[in-house]
Amino acid sequence: MADTNQGNIPTVICDDVHIVYRVHTGGGGKGSATAALSRIVGRGKAEVTRGVRKVHAVRGVTFTAYKGEAIGLIGTNGSGKSTLLRAIAGLLPTESGKVYTDGQPSLLGVNAALMNDLTGERNVILGGLAMGMSREEVRSRYEDIVDFSGINEKGDFISLPMRTYSSGMGARLRFAIAAAKNHDVLLIDEALATGDRKFQIRSEERIRELRKEAGTVFLVSHSNKSIRDTCDRVLWLEKGQLLMDGPTDEVLKAYERETAR
Amino acid sequence: MSDTHLGGAVATSAPPPAVHEGLDPAALAAKHGLAVSGARPGLFEYVRDLWSRRHFILAFSSAKLASQYSQAKLGQVWQVATPLLNALVYYLIFGLILGAGRGMSENVYIPFLVTGIFVFTFTQNSVMAGVRAISGNLGLVRALHFPRATLPISFSLQQLQQLLYSMIVLVAVALFFGSYPSLRWLLLIPALLLQFVFNTGLSMIVARMGAKTPDLAQLMPFIMRTWMYASGVMFSISAMLADKPAWIAKVLMYNPAAVYMDLIRYSLIEGYGAGNLPPHVWITALGWALVFGIGGFVYFWKAEEVYGRG
Repeated sequence: MADTNQGNIPTVICDDVHIVYRVHTGGGGKGSATAALSRIVGRGKAEVTRGVRKVHAVRGVTFTAYKGEAIGLIGTNGSGKSTLLRAIAGLLPTESGKVYTDGQPSLLGVNAALMNDLTGERNVILGGLAMGMSREEVRSRYEDIVDFSGINEKGDFISLPMRTYSSGMGARLRFAIAAAKNHDVLLIDEALATGDRKFQIRSEERIRELRKEAGTVFLVSHSNKSIRDTCDRVLWLEKGQLLMDGPTDEVLKAYERETAR
Repeated sequence: MSDTHLGGAVATSAPPPAVHEGLDPAALAAKHGLAVSGARPGLFEYVRDLWSRRHFILAFSSAKLASQYSQAKLGQVWQVATPLLNALVYYLIFGLILGAGRGMSENVYIPFLVTGIFVFTFTQNSVMAGVRAISGNLGLVRALHFPRATLPISFSLQQLQQLLYSMIVLVAVALFFGSYPSLRWLLLIPALLLQFVFNTGLSMIVARMGAKTPDLAQLMPFIMRTWMYASGVMFSISAMLADKPAWIAKVLMYNPAAVYMDLIRYSLIEGYGAGNLPPHVWITALGWALVFGIGGFVYFWKAEEVYGRG
């Protein structure tokens, strides 16, 4: 429209995006065995009769994000924020509607690729490779990652299996690995406030750096403060629908009014 | 929270219509060269993606292997001890109690049996890991973007590494029962490679099926066990089925598991001559590898964009 976005380059376009999760409820109730059988065999039947429940997590979200924007996603628990983020990253298929992106957006998170039985050292390498870094890149960033995580501040922990780490240490290493890569479109899902105060400050700094290097940043958070600190535009989702889309102050004010009631 | 709380907000501040530069979203995306997120790449692009992830595949499979016994006191010793104990148990039951080694001397039967078990276990474990490759790693699939074929390939590779440990036991058994290294042993390499390609293809097929129907993981052990007994792991098919119609033995002998098993036995065991192999066995082995390797890969790729749906 005739706002400041005019002439800017769009990086993410969501066009009437719907996302539906299918949950196997594992039968239950009468006739569950036959229901289970028809669930396996059956095709094209109504989902309900197959013991599958649909959860319509995102219902028709449309917006356009531009280069250089930092966009906050807010909303109460279960409003579809994380789901929308995953769809933008191309990790969850949309039921209908489309997400167009410039390049490959990356979700900040490698937790799942790491293995607790392996040493921190091997996990750094594994996590880096999982994010699509080359072996050389991982090698050159290795020292930085370990230093940033501060794992070795209290002795040589990096050569111990991750299951021996305290929860804070594990979270710090995970964040350090995830934040090691630069991205065109960066998606950050809350839970940044891990580790002690010292580490929190360090991670906020790193996010600011990442933002500078990234084209567009999306941040999901329940902390209005961190949204206000980092974002210039906010999308407010509720029950999978976009309630508001506008400048941070305006949307946050309305959101705070709603949630305070 | 309840509906009424938000009713007001919905009415007063509906999101602005998403028309920019007078274009609808699709046209805007096309104008600026944006691509649909999470769309399935073309087959060649997919292969290229996969190739660029080769280091991750290697690191992931060896990491899985290393973490397997990391809580055990004996640690990596179990990589060798597990197949050895397996072989002992089968020998006790089939060799000593049931006398399944009909028509074979002790010097042939024991390496025959051990080879059969290890080689079949290679396929069996690849399939078992394949069926859970997607459904058991949803966290990973939903968190990171990578060609999903990485997972079944990594798991097959892990099993190949595991098999190489088993080969230590196997070579020791062969030596003990009088089969000494010869040029024929070199045939192990192509035979194992072909089996690996076959396994990977098969595990990609079951990975896609298992992603859609996780129940398959419960069913798989029974299918695999039936397959094992039908492939002549503990007995010679031709000797055991001598009094049955010939076509049954033929079908069993040309099934991929039996073909790879026999090739590896033939390569390794001195007293197991070419007479035990069905005709055109190498062509058959190559055929199975290509059909399943390529077919499985394409079949898996076809559903690339739906893996990870809840």
